[in-house]
Amino acid sequence: MPEQKDRNVILYDHNHDGVDRRGFLKCMAWAGAGALCVVQGGVLKSYALNDASKMQMAGKSDLSFVQISDSHMGFNKAANPDVVATMKVAIDKINAMPVAPEFILHTGDISHLSKPSEFDTVDQLLKSARAKDVFFVPGEHDVLEDNGQQYRDRYGKNTKGDGWYSFDKNGVHFVGLVNVMNLKAGGMGSLGTDQLKWMKDDVSHLSKSTPVIVFAHVPLWTVYLEWGWGTEDSAQALSYLKRFGSVTVLNGHIHQTMQKVEGNITFHTATSTAFPQPHPGAAPSPGPMKVPAEQLRSLLGVTDVNYVRKRHSLALTDSSLE
Amino acid sequence: MKRLGWISSFAVLMMALVLIVVPMLDKSAVAGRPAAVEIKIDNFSFVPPTVTVKAGTQITWTNKDDIPHNVVSEDKSFKSKVLDTDEKFTMTATKPGIYTYYCSIHPKMTGKLVVEQ
Repeated sequence: MPEQKDRNVILYDHNHDGVDRRGFLKCMAWAGAGALCVVQGGVLKSYALNDASKMQMAGKSDLSFVQISDSHMGFNKAANPDVVATMKVAIDKINAMPVAPEFILHTGDISHLSKPSEFDTVDQLLKSARAKDVFFVPGEHDVLEDNGQQYRDRYGKNTKGDGWYSFDKNGVHFVGLVNVMNLKAGGMGSLGTDQLKWMKDDVSHLSKSTPVIVFAHVPLWTVYLEWGWGTEDSAQALSYLKRFGSVTVLNGHIHQTMQKVEGNITFHTATSTAFPQPHPGAAPSPGPMKVPAEQLRSLLGVTDVNYVRKRHSLALTDSSLE
Repeated sequence: MKRLGWISSFAVLMMALVLIVVPMLDKSAVAGRPAAVEIKIDNFSFVPPTVTVKAGTQITWTNKDDIPHNVVSEDKSFKSKVLDTDEKFTMTATKPGIYTYYCSIHPKMTGKLVVEQ
């Protein structure tokens, strides 16, 4: 069982209040307890999840939502023969949160083989979630054979192109991107010129103090080139976000939690609710990772996101299913 | 007279059969390459990554990985449906050329098919 990495305290400054900034955040939850990363008054601190009850979030958050990812409905191999059960546990966990999330963000690979029955099952399971709304972006497993037509028919209302869109909640601007279409041989994820053009225009009218949350399936920074864990043209997308005070990028695809802070941007990837994948380079390939049955749920999970407007603080809490 | 006629007809028939069948059996020996080739998909790789065949060879890709993959040529001349574990894609390489292909779901997975005359 992988050991929990040291978590460094890091200071970073999203609201430019003169707090020191150090570059790299190592707030990772590899196994066992989750990690709570909280920014309060411009200071980011990390806590082991079992200490979280001792910590008090001063002031109610203005916006609370949950990120889930990579449900891979339909997967049934050794790494997890019952992805329905683990997704149910994830939803139960969401429903047990002290504050009901306003909505759920699913960062893709909803289905495993783009089968209608798989999408139907996920929709059915999500009906029992407390959250009123669910927003999606597709993973590569959701757009097989039909260039994503079925995905868009189901989840793409009011989206553009391959399924990108934006919306606002409580003063926070959300941008949903599609980076799993038209992938080139030997390449990684791809946004494409049409989507980049749309995104540039979409954020251009926002004031720089608007918090921006971008969500897409494949990571928008290169986590591991050899395994295609990155997006070819993400640099351009990120350049449109340089002027903003607070940017958060939420991704999935790699089935493990990773976080990185670069300038004004916090990148975060979520665990899967279906099966874990190995750490970069720790296995011959990025496929489903088999672990002893009693460890599986500790490597799957959900991410709780809380935003407090007047403090310009965004807290990301990763918690495992066990 | 009749029996001789029967024997010679039979002989002609056998010779004809030999002339037709033997070259067929000998085809691979003469060509030096098998008539059918297998490519395994496993651990996010095509194994072997490069395959050289004669035109007319049948090629079968079998997915032995625990994740679905597909086979798509860069020039769009062939494309499999999505293959789950143990599913196969078979095609006959007819036109000589060099075909680079990849898995369009996991595009880092690439392979090369060389088809000779």
